[in-house]
Amino acid sequence: MHNMGLRIGVLAIQGDYEAHAAAFAEIGVTTRPVKTLAELSAVSALVLPGGESTTMLRLLRRDGFDVALRDFVRTRPIFATCAGCILLAREVLNPRQESFAALDLTIERNAYGRQNDSTILPVETSLPGGPLEAVFIRAPRILSAGPEVETLASREGFPVLVRQGKILAATFHPELATDRRVHRLFLEIAAAEQK
Amino acid sequence: MSEMNGNDTGLRLKVGLAEMLKGGVIMDVMNVEQARIAEEAGAVAVMALERVPAMIRAEGGVARMANPKLIKEIMGAVTIPVMAKARIGHFAEAQILQALGVDFIDESEVLTPADEAHHIDKHAFTTPFVCGARNLGEALRRIAEGAAMIRTKGEAGTGDVVHAVQHMRQITKEMRQLTVAREEELYHLAKEHGAPYELVRMVAKAGKLPVPNFSAGGIATPADAALMMQLGAETVFVGSGIFMKERATPLDVEHNQKEREEAVSRARAIVIATTHFSDPKIVAEASEQVKGTMKGLAAAAIEERDQLQTRGW
Repeated sequence: MHNMGLRIGVLAIQGDYEAHAAAFAEIGVTTRPVKTLAELSAVSALVLPGGESTTMLRLLRRDGFDVALRDFVRTRPIFATCAGCILLAREVLNPRQESFAALDLTIERNAYGRQNDSTILPVETSLPGGPLEAVFIRAPRILSAGPEVETLASREGFPVLVRQGKILAATFHPELATDRRVHRLFLEIAAAEQK
Repeated sequence: MSEMNGNDTGLRLKVGLAEMLKGGVIMDVMNVEQARIAEEAGAVAVMALERVPAMIRAEGGVARMANPKLIKEIMGAVTIPVMAKARIGHFAEAQILQALGVDFIDESEVLTPADEAHHIDKHAFTTPFVCGARNLGEALRRIAEGAAMIRTKGEAGTGDVVHAVQHMRQITKEMRQLTVAREEELYHLAKEHGAPYELVRMVAKAGKLPVPNFSAGGIATPADAALMMQLGAETVFVGSGIFMKERATPLDVEHNQKEREEAVSRARAIVIATTHFSDPKIVAEASEQVKGTMKGLAAAAIEERDQLQTRGW
């Protein structure tokens, strides 16, 4: 697969942005790191990686980047994992914190506990190819999702991979697994948008 | 991500958390208020301690794991990961930290070593470990024992970045040398580094450590953080640089508003500089916001027997 004219950025202010870049590189797609307004305006789709959402929020509030990103996530294809998913949710609990509210979800941070409760599980998915290996690290839990949100995979009845329009979001880390179906799905979403 | 975390679920989870901390700042904190300041400033994690290295150095005595009560208070006060230190080889302290539920254990030379030959068998734990290293062999021995993160040692508690630089350069140089070595040379190099051949081969192939490599020890300013990131650190630990006034006196962030603001300004600036390490204009802008910097102690003035970095084998 090639970039198909896509300019995919990975938000690189904090977190496992390199793991996302490596995951896309594995399927032949080049990404570019995004830290500044100029870099954001040069991409057509964006990945919000895992990391610490409180850190990201603090760092986004600089030079109007958060304002531009708020608009970007509403208009362009977005792929968010873990902390990225928290940034996009409409409502964040445990504790309450601000977010871009682009995804109609209520999400609870660190919902399964601390690092000792992190786990790798196969999860049922509607994506072709059978269960997905899902790496949960101090993971959040989606407590409820609005009518426009499609659940693509779940764990114990709670959605863990969702899609709402051009936004694809996971509470786990597909970038830390070897299965590239989720990254490929995002490419399809981004490519459809490009047409 | 690396080939190393291909099979072992436990190790993948440990290295996975280390991946999440990349591009951030891990701050030493000694009380709840400092932990809150660190989180609010954008720290990716806090290290719960009773005394920061600058105080340990000044006060002497045996430095041990922090009181579990303090660690629990700090865990209850912030939502970011909480780390805590165990003495080198003191697996019982590590067991306690795991039982408390800390997110990362630092088997640290900053505390007084409990074993002069053996480090902790870190594979025996579900909680991930970070360990210090001054050269590639030391880093790979720690990884062989199960460390999920390496922090390149500087000289902790000094505010002098010189040894952090020296050891980061040493490790990156040794890794570069492996990448150009011939296959049959790797066996000998493994022996020279005192490290397992499989790990040496992995570094030769990848050009980097199989776990994230962070930097610690003597980082006191936004420019120090930017320097270490440009030299190859993936995250920085900042200890005495944020909450210390004079060498052995912490800023009073609980009662003194002016001193609190000073700590906040340093914490915020180092976080921004670490993210934007390659953009000097942003690092300059962050540096400008800093109120006061720890006085520090030139590392060259410390006798080798008094150095913390030489602990660990």
